[in-house]
Amino acid sequence: MKVANDSALEARALSVQMGERTVCRGLDVLIRPGECWGVLGQNGMGKTTLLRTLAGLHTPQSGGVSWNGLALRGYARRDLAQRVAILTQGEGDEFYGSVQEYVLLGRFPHRTLLFGYSAEDEQLARQSMAQMELTELAGRPHSKLSGGERQRAAVAQVLTQRAQCYLLDEPLQHLDLRHQAKVMRVLGQLREQASALVMVLHDTLWAQRYCDHVLMLLPDGQVLQGGADELLTRTHLEAVYQCRLHEVSVDGERCFVAGV
Amino acid sequence: MAMSPRTLLVRFSCAAALSLIFGLASGSLALAPTELWQALLGNDEGVAAEVLWQLRLPRVLAAFACGGLLALSGLLLQVLLRNPLADPYVLGVSGGAAVGALLAMLFGAGLVVTQVSSFAGACLVIVAVFGFGFRCGERNIYRLLLTGVVISAGCGAIISMLLTLAQGEQIRGMLFWLMGDLSHSQGLPFAWLVLLTAGLCATIVASVLDVLSVGSDKAAALGVAVIRWQVGLYFVTAVLTVTAVQLGGSIGFVGLIVPHAVRLLGISAHRWLVPLSMLLGGSFLVLADTLARMLWSPLQLPVGVLTTLMGVPVLLWLLSRRQR
Repeated sequence: MKVANDSALEARALSVQMGERTVCRGLDVLIRPGECWGVLGQNGMGKTTLLRTLAGLHTPQSGGVSWNGLALRGYARRDLAQRVAILTQGEGDEFYGSVQEYVLLGRFPHRTLLFGYSAEDEQLARQSMAQMELTELAGRPHSKLSGGERQRAAVAQVLTQRAQCYLLDEPLQHLDLRHQAKVMRVLGQLREQASALVMVLHDTLWAQRYCDHVLMLLPDGQVLQGGADELLTRTHLEAVYQCRLHEVSVDGERCFVAGV
Repeated sequence: MAMSPRTLLVRFSCAAALSLIFGLASGSLALAPTELWQALLGNDEGVAAEVLWQLRLPRVLAAFACGGLLALSGLLLQVLLRNPLADPYVLGVSGGAAVGALLAMLFGAGLVVTQVSSFAGACLVIVAVFGFGFRCGERNIYRLLLTGVVISAGCGAIISMLLTLAQGEQIRGMLFWLMGDLSHSQGLPFAWLVLLTAGLCATIVASVLDVLSVGSDKAAALGVAVIRWQVGLYFVTAVLTVTAVQLGGSIGFVGLIVPHAVRLLGISAHRWLVPLSMLLGGSFLVLADTLARMLWSPLQLPVGVLTTLMGVPVLLWLLSRRQR
């Protein structure tokens, strides 16, 4: 039986260069709807660059990325943005408008009106803000938000984009424990609705709970990929982070803690 | 406190109309409202009508267009650079225009030749900035802007040199040109055409401007062809600035302060920022120019001096109000 993987994000023989550093060489990955991939690696290994390459924002050295069987370059930017959304790090530092206006920008690729946005767009923005617990901050100037609130606004904006594939660069940065759980729950729902997700994470516990696949960027330039159960082990994680890890069990869940 | 954009649009339109009337009525020959009205209707064939139609109307229309052009150019440049301190003159365009104009003045050229020469200087700078900025194929907007800043600095040196070489009455004309002077504006219909076309286009693409102002990476992720837009915006700002410089020389501060003032009133969506900035910029410059004519009458001050003197306290007040 042929598996329908039409709307999958696929990298073929992908070689990505980041300045002097080779992020990956000849990487083949297939990310299907309903899958959640965790990207793990030390700082500076090129996780962000890899994600940007998958979104078509960075040109690979060789090989290519395709969506729905068609190379990303073949899409008009706006058509692609309707399908693939990316959460980048540290964006929107200098936005003058309100939180609501900021979140509403996520509808830009779907916009049908010449001026402003439709009532439906605004409804979707309100929904995403409610999911990120931002409803009360909707009218607040975006520049007055704290780091964590800003991150939630950025996630809400990406949710508003209603894409089929979400590439998330550290979706949990600056978030407190409550909102980490909140964001991961919402992302988990997206996966259940058959969205494809790729997220850079630093917390192996979240990767273990929500990711079914893992991409590991090792310091020697090697990239490991496979099922989360098979790769999220002490041996592999020690190879990724190059430090000793302790394994503890909390309520039957494995946790990894850095050793001193 | 925050007023709705519609209320502001109505108020700014009224302010624009009032500033134009003030500009038409004031001067060494003060016109009473009834006289002004009669002259405008064409019922008066005397000195009042002469002054109004030949001198004041072109002048206030030039001031308004020039202010609108500078404000729009500043607003677009702030989107392009994502830097609130961006000013139309950092592009180097006005530097080129000034060198062209001063060179012509140094050789004793007339008004028309001076204008043509300054236009040529500005175009030369645009070509040079694009040429050097994009020479090695790496399309980076910051390289483009740095090239503009460097060429600007070079023009500054040439201007100083030309001022040193000039003699007597020439120097006065040159200083007036450099500080902004609306007394002999050329190409008024063309300037209005540029202003209205650019304003309309900017309003139509306002949602793209909104997205671009969040940052180039995010804009690309949301489906904007960033490089193409940046180059386009650079070109449009350059054209707006050249047109403004042709009308009134280098008038500082309008492009910087006007979009800021509108933003500080709580407006952030570009579909409102564009028309509001144009209206405010136009009214502001008409007011400044009228005061420049009146304050030391019959002596006229360069309007650029007044815009800066008026702009500084206003911006300081707006900034301190915001801090609370």
